[in-house]
Amino acid sequence: MKRIDCLEAIYDELAGCAVVTIMGAVAVELYSLGHRPNFFYLEHAMGLASSMGLGIALSQPRRKVVVLDGDGSVLMNLGGLTTLARYAPGNLTHIVFDNQSLLSVGGFPTATATGSDLAGIARAAGIANARTVTDVAAFQAAAVEAIRGPELTCLVAKVEPVGPRSFHMDLHMLENRFEFQRALRPEPTHPQGAAS
Amino acid sequence: MPVSERHSKLVYDALVAAGVEVVSALPETWLVHLIRLAEDDPEMILVRLAKEEEGVGISAGAHLAGRKSAMLLQNHGLLQSVNGIVSLAQLYRIPLLLLISDRGHLGEPDPWQTQGGRTTRPILDALGIVTDELRDPATVQLQVARAMTLAQASLAPVALLLTRDLMWEALA
Repeated sequence: MKRIDCLEAIYDELAGCAVVTIMGAVAVELYSLGHRPNFFYLEHAMGLASSMGLGIALSQPRRKVVVLDGDGSVLMNLGGLTTLARYAPGNLTHIVFDNQSLLSVGGFPTATATGSDLAGIARAAGIANARTVTDVAAFQAAAVEAIRGPELTCLVAKVEPVGPRSFHMDLHMLENRFEFQRALRPEPTHPQGAAS
Repeated sequence: MPVSERHSKLVYDALVAAGVEVVSALPETWLVHLIRLAEDDPEMILVRLAKEEEGVGISAGAHLAGRKSAMLLQNHGLLQSVNGIVSLAQLYRIPLLLLISDRGHLGEPDPWQTQGGRTTRPILDALGIVTDELRDPATVQLQVARAMTLAQASLAPVALLLTRDLMWEALA
């Protein structure tokens, strides 16, 4: 399965959420589907997208938060999974695109290529709803259920190590940062249900 | 325990007065009272970390979501957080209030703290982080308030070093 197809399958569902992505292919592919002010692309600080998502989720418990992470980034902040599990905000969905490689820097294999199981690690860290999906239909169903549902979920999507032709995005990091901050104001007055 | 409860309370009250609603922390001896105060405060969102760098992400998320935050960390936690500070907080202009225990400075009896103590100030300086020392209980509230004001106005990290003079109770 391809990451871009997964993103397309949940693109509509992301409309009402605070979305934090990692750098590289995840950011570019989501951007290519159509940028929205509620999308924040963390273009550096590998590993911290999930921590940012946790900070948003705890600060605005009525807002749905979706983190679009990757295997290389999660492996840089495995301890963060235990922090997510400890606070387990029900408004947070942690999606990890696992292509078993560091695609944008030469495609070298990560440890998931040699058997490390991120959903297993997440479960063992204490995130009960953690599982792996390998086809787009299953991904879409699981992701939509997780985003709409009341529990913290970690969804690992096994995707092919292919990405966009270009990593260019016509959006400055700071423009994105201030726009995203504005999009989070004010906090929703009622818990967000399904995205419209 | 000779860590000052009274002065820890002063620092905590100053954080609350400065509008802090989210605190991230990783325990160390000098911070125990501060962390307990955050834990016992139903209004405070306390995030216990596995590693201090996560706190930069927590604070960034909190800021973008409209809440003021502070990080409680040892100076070795600062060392652990440097990449996050540079590539998230500074790159993306995120205000951070760093309360750093000033271990390894004058009076430090623990040999293992001494190397980190020598690097704390030069590293803060190299990062271009405005730094002040909390030493006199009488000025703690004002210094914390001013540090928060500067962090929010400059959209940058500001560090307050929790000195031994403040955090360590003088023996009677």
